[in-house]
Amino acid sequence: MTPLRFLRQPFFWVIVAMTAVFIAWPLATGDVRLRESLVLAAVYIILASNLNLMLGYAGYVNFGSIVFFGLGGYVGVYLISEQHWHPVAAALAAGISVSALALLFGLGILRLRGFYFALSTIGVNEGVRAFVSNFAPWGGASGLYISLDSYQSLGGPRQALWTIYILLVGVMALSLLLSFGIKRSKFGLGLRAIGQNEDAAGVLGVPTPLYKALAYSISAFLPAVAGSFYFFKSAFIQPVDAFDLGFSVEVIVTVMLGGTGTVAGPAIGAFLYEELRGWLLTSPAFSNFQLVIAGALLLAIVIFAPGGVMGWIFRHIPKMRRILE
Amino acid sequence: MTTLLDVENLSLRFGGVRAVQSLTFFVKEREILGLIGPNGAGKSTVFNLIDGIYPPDEGRIAFAGKDITGEKPYRIVRHGIARTHQIVQPLSGMSVLENCMVGACFGFRNQSLSHARETVREVLAVVGLADRVNDSASQLTIAGKKRLELARALCAEPKLLLLDEVLAGLNPAEVERMIEVIRGIRQRGVAILMIEHLMQAIMSLSDRIVVLNTGQKLAEGTPQDVANNKAVIEAYLGDPGMVENGVRPHPGAAP
Amino acid sequence: MFEIIASIIDGILVGSVYGMAAMGLTLIWGVMNVINLTHGALIVAGMFAVFLLVQAFGVSAYVVAPATLAIGFFAGVAIYWIAVQRMIGRPPLMSLLSTFSVNMILIGLGTSLWGTVLFNVEVSLPGLTLGNYTFPGTHLMAAALTLLIAVLLYFFLQFTRQGKAIRAVSGNREAAELVGIPTRRVLAMAFGLGAALACGAGALIATMFPFTVLAGGAYQLKSFVVTVLGGLGNPAGALLGGVALGLVEGLTTPFIPVSWTSVIEFVIFIFVLIAYPRGLFNFTFRRS
Repeated sequence: MTPLRFLRQPFFWVIVAMTAVFIAWPLATGDVRLRESLVLAAVYIILASNLNLMLGYAGYVNFGSIVFFGLGGYVGVYLISEQHWHPVAAALAAGISVSALALLFGLGILRLRGFYFALSTIGVNEGVRAFVSNFAPWGGASGLYISLDSYQSLGGPRQALWTIYILLVGVMALSLLLSFGIKRSKFGLGLRAIGQNEDAAGVLGVPTPLYKALAYSISAFLPAVAGSFYFFKSAFIQPVDAFDLGFSVEVIVTVMLGGTGTVAGPAIGAFLYEELRGWLLTSPAFSNFQLVIAGALLLAIVIFAPGGVMGWIFRHIPKMRRILE
Repeated sequence: MTTLLDVENLSLRFGGVRAVQSLTFFVKEREILGLIGPNGAGKSTVFNLIDGIYPPDEGRIAFAGKDITGEKPYRIVRHGIARTHQIVQPLSGMSVLENCMVGACFGFRNQSLSHARETVREVLAVVGLADRVNDSASQLTIAGKKRLELARALCAEPKLLLLDEVLAGLNPAEVERMIEVIRGIRQRGVAILMIEHLMQAIMSLSDRIVVLNTGQKLAEGTPQDVANNKAVIEAYLGDPGMVENGVRPHPGAAP
Repeated sequence: MFEIIASIIDGILVGSVYGMAAMGLTLIWGVMNVINLTHGALIVAGMFAVFLLVQAFGVSAYVVAPATLAIGFFAGVAIYWIAVQRMIGRPPLMSLLSTFSVNMILIGLGTSLWGTVLFNVEVSLPGLTLGNYTFPGTHLMAAALTLLIAVLLYFFLQFTRQGKAIRAVSGNREAAELVGIPTRRVLAMAFGLGAALACGAGALIATMFPFTVLAGGAYQLKSFVVTVLGGLGNPAGALLGGVALGLVEGLTTPFIPVSWTSVIEFVIFIFVLIAYPRGLFNFTFRRS
């Protein structure tokens, strides 16, 4: 789709509006807690949208998608704190290196189908985590810290937090635009054909190995960039956080909650889930039960509403199909 | 007319079973070649071999002069061969339009989305699905799904079309309709290799016929030749005595 | 040199228990095409079951072990009816997610009740000392019990009516229904059986090593590795796969720091998944 046609799509403006709100609201109020809550929402949306490329379009369940986020974080933090790179350059380097690595890995594991593929993605995540935990230059199991002067290039710690926030919102907007653009493209058509029936798609001429590998690699790029920004902001990274399989699964829950295969679905699901989670964590009665409730929620979605929120919306308000994707 | 598809000495084994044995035949440009034989004769396997789904143990497949033996399925389409499946394989979650777009975008001409849309509309009109453009593929009847399968293959703009029992499961009116469509396809310059069990249809459509039995070529020739071939009659009816006693199958009878 | 051989043998003993856990996972896969992601939680349930029963009744862990099998069985049947039954025939993602969500619920409840504290089951069993190396009695006992259970499972599947029903359903569900086998009940039973194996393995592991509520994850991953080694759907292969994994662990622990063992396991895992997706020990004539 040409850039000009993009501008005529209603959904494009939905994304723009959403980004504007995300930026303007905390900036106008200066509310740090709001900003932090929205940072988390943005991260969930980034991870969910990119996961959707593999999960919703191509139909491949990536249980270990968090590995892109974590590795991106490590590359970024390492380049910034040990090699004194500028945070934006480091984030770009993280994105490029992790998606290149993903392409390499992908060529191997994308030959697998269904469960085998899903299992292998868990293997990749756990393997990378075990490796990093033993890798001394990256701090091993204790992780890496970022010293305060690394924030000077962005105007000092306090200013830097705001700048990084805006950068993350930017990555979020890019994720949504990417998901949208792919969905309307020939590449996206091929991916969705693969998701429906991979063998038939091959017979129809869709170059399945290439497309799968591309999708896998592309789905790694923005999460890696986001990981770099996020852990830079947190000033600390360690394997158990960076490669948290549970987080990976939460992202799958958000995609299911919102509706796979749509662009707005992962965003809606991510936002709802993050709000729910935040509420659960602060509510004294439920903090221990966070996992239980997330699990029950996922079970309910899978059994009763596998189409997620978007599925429900499309069924009851068909007109929304023209505005939301 | 030049030879379009050349199959030489093709063989494939599944474990201990010889699915196809030393098969040799050819398809000329613009001709309709019928592939018939009793169940289990290996007809669909031949399609899967041409299509690159199984690589052959022995033999060679050439198309328009190029050797395409063992190439991957998604490349075969780029050479100009499209196929339908015996058991239809619609992309169920997508619409009729989208199904055909896949065929057009990734087929012989590898078109862009906008060009593909034009091709699709033309084909859908020819096949008779123009009014179902935006329906989900899962909502079609069996006849509709068969037409979708055919439309999708046509959207790839092939030079050779492989039809695998495209008439099975259709009522007589639908069969008539489909036969017209197939004739129309040939008019537009596409060669057709078709597997069929409906004897009347394939005898009237085909220029030539190849008969397969237990993976081997049993007979080859015009529909008349094949209908009168003793070995073919035996293979279908199983009892040589029946021929001796003067029982001959009418070319229109189903086996 | 002797230490290395002894370490390998010890690894094989422990590995056989991993094999038992994997048998549960692979049985469920083979019968109903479902990857049971509650597997880890069931292993942990077995661990806590044996701990609590020993505390409550003051008897030896091995006396209560059969009870853990029963607990596992009933838990498995319940999980089947709640989360799995509706997912049969739906895309694989659905059963993956439904079992995973049950896992989250169970682990969440577990952490609420017991936190992440380390637990231990006291077992005093004399070991076997050869030369410098003492094979812990618990390891020997666990391996022996695993072998016993494997043999019992074999007899059950081969010679009992229910066992044959399970094999019929796993071979061809439609045909089984046509001959009047109550497939849903059989599937529930098979799931219960797989869960019982997981629980039982957990109980045995608890006699050998200390554990926490979160330990299930690590053992579930080990079960995946073993299952893939043996070939999905192949119980005998799972046992052999467990032995093989134990062998690898026994071989590497004398030389490499323990934390690297997991890296090696994952490399093997991915390698086998890609190069030998049917598993290394696939002796059954099962078309996948």
